[in-house]
Amino acid sequence: MEPIVFDIEALNLNTILPMLITLAGALLILILDLVKKQDKGLYVALSTLFIAADLYLVIAINEAGRGFFDVLLVDGIAVISQVIILVASLLFIPLALTGHRFKEFQFAEHFAFFLFMIAGFQFMVASDNLILIFIGLETASLALYALIAMHNRQKSLEAAIKYFTMGAFAAGFFAFGSLMFYGLTGSIELGTIKEVLEANGYENQLIILMGAVFMIVALGFKLSIVPFHSWTPDVYEGASAPLAGYMSIVPKIAGFVVAIRLFDALAASAEGTVVYTLLWISAVATMTIGNIIALVQDGVKRMLAYSSISHSGFVLTAIVIGGTQATSGLFIYWGLFLFTNLGAFAMLWISRHPSKQWDIRYNHPFTKFSGMIKHSPLAAIIMAIFMLSLAGIPPLALYWGKIYMIGAAINSDHLYLAIIMTLNSGIAIYYYLKLIVYMFLKDSVDNDGTVYFQNETIPLKLILGFAATVVVFSIFGVDPLITSVTSSIAASGF
Amino acid sequence: MEHILSFLIFFPAVAAAFGFMISSKSIRSYAITITAIEFLVSLLLWSNFDMSNMRMQFVEQLPLIESFGISYYLGLDGFSLFLVIMTTFMTMMSLIGLTDTKNIKNMIASVLVLEMTMVGVFVSLDAIIFYVFWELSLVPMLYIIGAWGGPRKLYAAVKFFLYTFTGSLFLLLGMLYTAYLFHQATGQWSFSITDWHLLQMPFSTQLWIFAAMGIGFAVKVPMFPFHTWLPYAHGQAPTIGSVILAAILLKMGSYGFLRFSLPIFPDASVYFMIPIAIIALIMIVYTAMVAFAQKDIKQVIAYSSVSHMGVIILGTFALNAEGIGGSLYLAIAHGIVSGALFMLVGVIYDRRHTKMISEFGGLAKVMPMYATIFGIMMMSSVGLPLTISFVGEFLSLLGFYQVSPVMTAIAGTSIILGAIYMLNIYREAFFGVPNEKNSVLKDLNGRELTALVPLVAIVIWLGVYPKPVLGPIDTASKGLVNFMYHKAVAPETKATLVEVNTIQIKGAQ
Repeated sequence: MEPIVFDIEALNLNTILPMLITLAGALLILILDLVKKQDKGLYVALSTLFIAADLYLVIAINEAGRGFFDVLLVDGIAVISQVIILVASLLFIPLALTGHRFKEFQFAEHFAFFLFMIAGFQFMVASDNLILIFIGLETASLALYALIAMHNRQKSLEAAIKYFTMGAFAAGFFAFGSLMFYGLTGSIELGTIKEVLEANGYENQLIILMGAVFMIVALGFKLSIVPFHSWTPDVYEGASAPLAGYMSIVPKIAGFVVAIRLFDALAASAEGTVVYTLLWISAVATMTIGNIIALVQDGVKRMLAYSSISHSGFVLTAIVIGGTQATSGLFIYWGLFLFTNLGAFAMLWISRHPSKQWDIRYNHPFTKFSGMIKHSPLAAIIMAIFMLSLAGIPPLALYWGKIYMIGAAINSDHLYLAIIMTLNSGIAIYYYLKLIVYMFLKDSVDNDGTVYFQNETIPLKLILGFAATVVVFSIFGVDPLITSVTSSIAASGF
Repeated sequence: MEHILSFLIFFPAVAAAFGFMISSKSIRSYAITITAIEFLVSLLLWSNFDMSNMRMQFVEQLPLIESFGISYYLGLDGFSLFLVIMTTFMTMMSLIGLTDTKNIKNMIASVLVLEMTMVGVFVSLDAIIFYVFWELSLVPMLYIIGAWGGPRKLYAAVKFFLYTFTGSLFLLLGMLYTAYLFHQATGQWSFSITDWHLLQMPFSTQLWIFAAMGIGFAVKVPMFPFHTWLPYAHGQAPTIGSVILAAILLKMGSYGFLRFSLPIFPDASVYFMIPIAIIALIMIVYTAMVAFAQKDIKQVIAYSSVSHMGVIILGTFALNAEGIGGSLYLAIAHGIVSGALFMLVGVIYDRRHTKMISEFGGLAKVMPMYATIFGIMMMSSVGLPLTISFVGEFLSLLGFYQVSPVMTAIAGTSIILGAIYMLNIYREAFFGVPNEKNSVLKDLNGRELTALVPLVAIVIWLGVYPKPVLGPIDTASKGLVNFMYHKAVAPETKATLVEVNTIQIKGAQ
């Protein structure tokens, strides 16, 4: 057997350095736990530092290139999506510093899993190799299943098992899809697949279509695209509120990056193809059905779960539309969605009691927030800001994402899509308004207001204040955001 | 005078934040002071306004989102000048007349934030900034109706919000499409309305965008058949909510037509002239009849608002200087008169806690001052000569006469129908059989007189001598008509515009 000889330079270790930092952090936390039982504050601090270092490296290196036997691909969308993932993680980690004692945060494994998961997602977005994407996806997902289960309520176990089963199916479909493309083109690199398919003029339609369908199913689970969305509300309900918020952002942006790369290879935004039609229908169905089911929810968390399904459908249109503006729109929207949605879930978290449920069915039903304005006006106003932002009321964060996405649809002559997106905003306002009506206009239920601050600590309030500030003053940040995102997207050729 | 418009927009909102430091005992004085300063500053606009200049004045421009062509762009012309003054004035008067005491700090903060959004709508010259204020105005109003309203307040507040929000989404769609067309034509992104004015669009495109934006404005006006939210909102809103809603918020819709639809889509405006006029006629006649059937005084005035907004829309779509100028004048007149009428209903509601006509009778004897002021306002609402509404209504109808005498005759019934339902209230409530319960009612007190007498003075002053207000409006209307003529792409449009205008259009054959 011939020895494999390679130059260490050729590995381009810079590409893998950010992930290595996070992995090192995870291992360090595990080792520290072996030495001595530590305080959760230490884990939080260490995780934050390692994620911050990771974020710094992602931004500082920021050079397009391949590395590690060419399986890693660092380009514009890889960098932007990693920034979104890491910023969301930075906001998430301090939410562990709760007022009440929650069991999962006592375990070092919780934080180690979390860091492993981040590295998994980073591998997933920074590669166009289907096998590495698969490995990244599975690493991240397995860690996530465990994180959900660690919340250690009956519903959490149910949620974890449900998510795991669904995820296992999705993984199978992903493998099938990859198989089709490998069989057709002899490559597992999306770039090569694209070249071969283009050279052949997209012949063997049936196999391409099967591959595409398998991939839509696999990614559909991760992105909670209708009809693969049914796990979402149950899993979000079972997971702790911050983790649910985190799940509505990070796994999805990773999934979207894979979808962008994959469907770009399949030329899915060419109108008239079957894949285009499939994606068009999925996007419209996801935003509409998510919205309609959200209208009738009694629990705020389930409402937010359905609303996040609808938001997924809204940005899925970016892949249908294609082109630089739409793709940048996706990242801009998701970047703004991050602060809004994580803020909204953090508001639920701050009112969570570790053992007591509000009623038999829900931790956070709408009735819990009745008359909140009287007891804690500031908290009610902050929650209202998050709701109005989710609904797309100007000048709050998601409004800018919304007009940018609808603008992208109009500019590429997808008028019907633009109208459907607009109408969906009209439906969505109703359920966001419902919470505002409860908080501001209904009479208070019998409580003294302490219920809204069960978990209150300074770090939690800081995170909330920060998220609310970003949402309110987003108007001043949109211009640099658009400029930087658009230039990196254009540079990476989408 | 550099940043006077920015000051006008943000002063009330900043003041609202400081308001939370003041105890509820003094908060009303604080709010009145703030709105009085705001009003005086808006009067400065009037005195510094160059009457002969048709261009935008007091312009401020600051790039905000350059890569998408959004800038913070403010300016004022003859159309917006008096709407701004009316806004600051009516907000001040409604706060003077405010009698609610429950959670008064929140109420006053909402009103001040609302004032910010209303002034913002009237002075924004960037479509996105316009839309920001337009949508933001829904939030404080939702709170005002929902928190201080009547028994069905939640239903009314949510209906108001959903209806207007959904309507304005179409407006947003139209704006984004216009920006896209502008980008195609020039290669640059811009949401500036004055840039859009220069954009030439093919006829068929104009029709679609006009329709999309028109829905947004129509819901706000509200035009038939989108008017059903208004009676609920008025019926349930507290007095101050009704006053601001009727006096100012509705005018945003008719102002939208003037600012966007007419100058940007002249061909579509001419094309839709008759269909919109028919809708306006339905508004005028149908809602007047509905008003007559109401048993609640406030509902009568609410429906009469829709009816009068019909005349305003009719005048706007006469597309000549008299009609456009008259409709804007009527908008201001209606703001003052309907605001006063809602305040008057509030006065009696505070005393009796009912608004049913059947509960009253013989009020003229018990409350002579109240009856006098109500009588003057009612007569103005009906369109009695020498009152403010008469000027606007007459000019609007005169304008439309050039378009169609028959339709104008039908619209003229608004005066007769208005007289019927208004005099009916007056007969039942102020004369009629005296009701025992009313015999002890007190007449207007000092605060109420302070809130109402200036309104009466303005109604009569501007009814007798409308020139100071009508002058700038007229200049702006003539400018608009000329502009539409030169911008129109279809020869039929130009022909129609010449036909309906009595003034000489520059450059027309």
